Amino acid sequence: MAFEKYDFTPISQSIHQFLLEKMSPMVTTIIEWTIIGVLYLLFVAVFGLFLVYAERKVCAAFQQRLGPMRVGPWGLLQTIADFVKLLMKELIQPKSVDSFLYNLAPFVVIIVPFLTISIIPFAPGLQSLDFDIGVFFVTAVSSVGVIGVLLAGWASNNKYSLIGGMRSGAQIVSYELSVGMSLITMVILAGTMQISEIVNMQRDGWFIFKGHIPAIIAFFVFVVAGTAETNRGPFDLAEAESELTAGFHTEYSGIKFAFFFLAEYINLFIVSAMAVTVFLGGWMPFHIGSWDGFNAIMDFIPGLIWFFLKVFGVIFLIMWFKWTFPRLRIDQILTLEWKYLLPINLFNILLMALVVLMGWHW
Amino acid sequence: MSISTYMTNEELTTFLSVKFPEAEFRQGSQYLEMIVTNSTLHMVATFLKETRELAFDYLMCLSGVDFPEFLTVVYHLESTSNKHCMVLKAKTENREKPVLDTVCDIWPTAEFHEREVFDLLGVKFNYHPDLRRLFLGDEWGFPLRKDYVDDVHIVER
Amino acid sequence: MTELTELEKVIPTDTIKTDEYLVNMGPQHPSTHGVLRLLVKLEGEIVHNVQPDIGYIHSGIEKMSEALSYTQIPHLTDRMDYLSAHMNNEAVALCVENALQVEVPERVKYIRTIMSELQRLASHQLWWCASGMDLGALTTFFYGLRDREDILDIFEETCGARLTLNYSLPGGVMFDIHPNFQRKVKDFIKKFRKKLPEYDKLITGNVIFTERTKGVGILTKEDAIAFGVTGPTGRASGFSCDVRKHIPYSAYPYVKFEEKLGTEGDCYTRWVMRMDEMWESLSIIEQLIDNIPEGDYTAKMKGVIKLPEGEFYQRVETARGELGVYIISDGKKNPYRVKFRSPGFSNLFAINHIAKGWKIADLVAIMATFDLVIPDIDR
Repeated sequence: MAFEKYDFTPISQSIHQFLLEKMSPMVTTIIEWTIIGVLYLLFVAVFGLFLVYAERKVCAAFQQRLGPMRVGPWGLLQTIADFVKLLMKELIQPKSVDSFLYNLAPFVVIIVPFLTISIIPFAPGLQSLDFDIGVFFVTAVSSVGVIGVLLAGWASNNKYSLIGGMRSGAQIVSYELSVGMSLITMVILAGTMQISEIVNMQRDGWFIFKGHIPAIIAFFVFVVAGTAETNRGPFDLAEAESELTAGFHTEYSGIKFAFFFLAEYINLFIVSAMAVTVFLGGWMPFHIGSWDGFNAIMDFIPGLIWFFLKVFGVIFLIMWFKWTFPRLRIDQILTLEWKYLLPINLFNILLMALVVLMGWHW
Repeated sequence: MSISTYMTNEELTTFLSVKFPEAEFRQGSQYLEMIVTNSTLHMVATFLKETRELAFDYLMCLSGVDFPEFLTVVYHLESTSNKHCMVLKAKTENREKPVLDTVCDIWPTAEFHEREVFDLLGVKFNYHPDLRRLFLGDEWGFPLRKDYVDDVHIVER
Repeated sequence: MTELTELEKVIPTDTIKTDEYLVNMGPQHPSTHGVLRLLVKLEGEIVHNVQPDIGYIHSGIEKMSEALSYTQIPHLTDRMDYLSAHMNNEAVALCVENALQVEVPERVKYIRTIMSELQRLASHQLWWCASGMDLGALTTFFYGLRDREDILDIFEETCGARLTLNYSLPGGVMFDIHPNFQRKVKDFIKKFRKKLPEYDKLITGNVIFTERTKGVGILTKEDAIAFGVTGPTGRASGFSCDVRKHIPYSAYPYVKFEEKLGTEGDCYTRWVMRMDEMWESLSIIEQLIDNIPEGDYTAKMKGVIKLPEGEFYQRVETARGELGVYIISDGKKNPYRVKFRSPGFSNLFAINHIAKGWKIADLVAIMATFDLVIPDIDR
């Protein structure tokens, strides 16, 4: 197909060949790991900052104002300036904290998005880890983040932090279930857990269209649960400003605070990227049945751009929630999960199994 | 100022003076003023609240006033059902050890107003559940008393 | 355990059960809206006891007033409930006028009433946006402030100040209204009548909002009366306490308006009460704005006002409830004693009674719908 001319595989292959010619396979692997690591590090830093900027602009648009406008054109450099400020800030550590855990927590929190981001397929050939249990890997790894939040809440020796950490624990453990189950629904449709395979199967139609009713339900549940899992409004109980001042990261300052902050935005990206990969065809272009002319034009746009367009669409949706809805209460948040989303999900899995069994999908 | 009272001030005076002949009654500019001492304060207050014809259930305002020879606590009362108002005043015996009975079992809002009066005028309220200072620190004097001296903050002109 | 000694003073540790713990909400806390400190006894998320600790912004207005003349006192009252600054000024002015038995010109009555209602609108707008934020809907803040700006501009044009107006004085008002005043107010009403439904659309009908507020923090009518909870908060419980209706002052006898009464007394009713009150305020201003009579903007007053000996009590409905001004005069140019019965003071202490058994998030919702202004409480 036409869009495969944007495949990144030849590039990575040629780098691999080039390195192999020069040095031993062992050294090659180490160098490749380093390159990938640096690339991800750069990506997370730059993209995280960009998301912060995007959120400010989006929320400004909802609130009938302009957002940052002074630093750089349209305030583009604002978040970079903020980040530099955070880097230079004094790291204040309260006297009575549990020092080891207190310092460990931000790292636990920031490591999780780095692990999960590795299986995201950005474009054809642009994916660093391609397990046959990719979906399982995402759900497993992303739940580690809650440990960091709990550690931060506990180690800060602050009651607000503790309440925030506990809320976050209860919330993430619950919503983990919905995220996993809505993914399983789609795995039933795909018949595989390998991410690249899932994307490839959407060549002739995105799963949200292929799986119709159960897929749409699963998508809805996934976005709601994903919003909750990233601790974003209306589920931002863990850091509910008006109740707990800043929740679990009340006692953090400077770069440690920035870690929590950045991790939140990268998690937002990962949730959106997973939604895009599993439901909206990953980097696959948008096709309409037999409109060949239209499809050809769509194919002309590179997969990387398709991927990010879709991701931004989902991110915008999640930001829209945050700036519109009031915050839920802790018992309501758990009620929503255990009494509504979970039964819907279980029923949905059955429905999807039936659809797949009877071959009612496209 | 016209107040639609179920009972006019005169009617209130007659009604109350029968029951409490020892109390002093005075017609203020707006409201009837009934002046009692600590010995009858709680009884009068209960009567004002509980009697159906009076039913003073809403304590609008509770203020402490420092008169040269005694301290007074002024209760502005309104009846939400009968729509009449009156003022109850309770005199303390002296200025050195001003003591009154609490009325916060009758009007719960009095609990905090009494704390304020205790804080600013030093009137002690017997049987008050939680008589602590409200605004000021424990070492502070009683600023609303007329003999309060503060060389730093109050400049006499 | 040396840190506990200060807490022990307030809630003795022997009354704290094993699973309970104390949290200081404030004096610096986003949802106490000022320097209010709440000592909250919690078990997990559940509130067992709330002890308000006030006095962080106590400014001794009552004591200061004893040294000031009657024309100076209104300027201090701005600083009490700064969101109902005009009503506070008006209360002192009315009290002094009643004591002197001065009849102010009709024009003054109209101007005062319009200003009061504008102030009430501005206050409710700020309440709306701030309490929306307390419930986690951050966008409300900007919507409310955007519309409040129009009212503040009208204030600025007429009296030079935006927040602490200092507009009402014994005898009348400081200046005549600005020539643009009527036009601008009418423009504002037209505009705001379109904006108010937007407020409802954004928050009031929201499922999450109704879940958060319906049936939460119920204050019964009996409790409202017993705790002296007035204003929209009291009326939400069914306590008919609108001073504008019962003891009309200024131009309120000339206008038709409804005293909305709630039945539930929960956070939702308190919210709806204030939204309804905004509609009523708009209609009051509309009835008056075209009929402002010509005349002086102040009555003839002596340079030095001396009140006759006696005691004077004036009740005024501010945005938060009933404000009482109690002046005792000994015939001199300074009052003997001034007491302000501020609505926030009585309202605040009802919180402990109704917040028990609810969660922290509900405590915040209750605080938000009580609409507290801390300097009003501390005076």
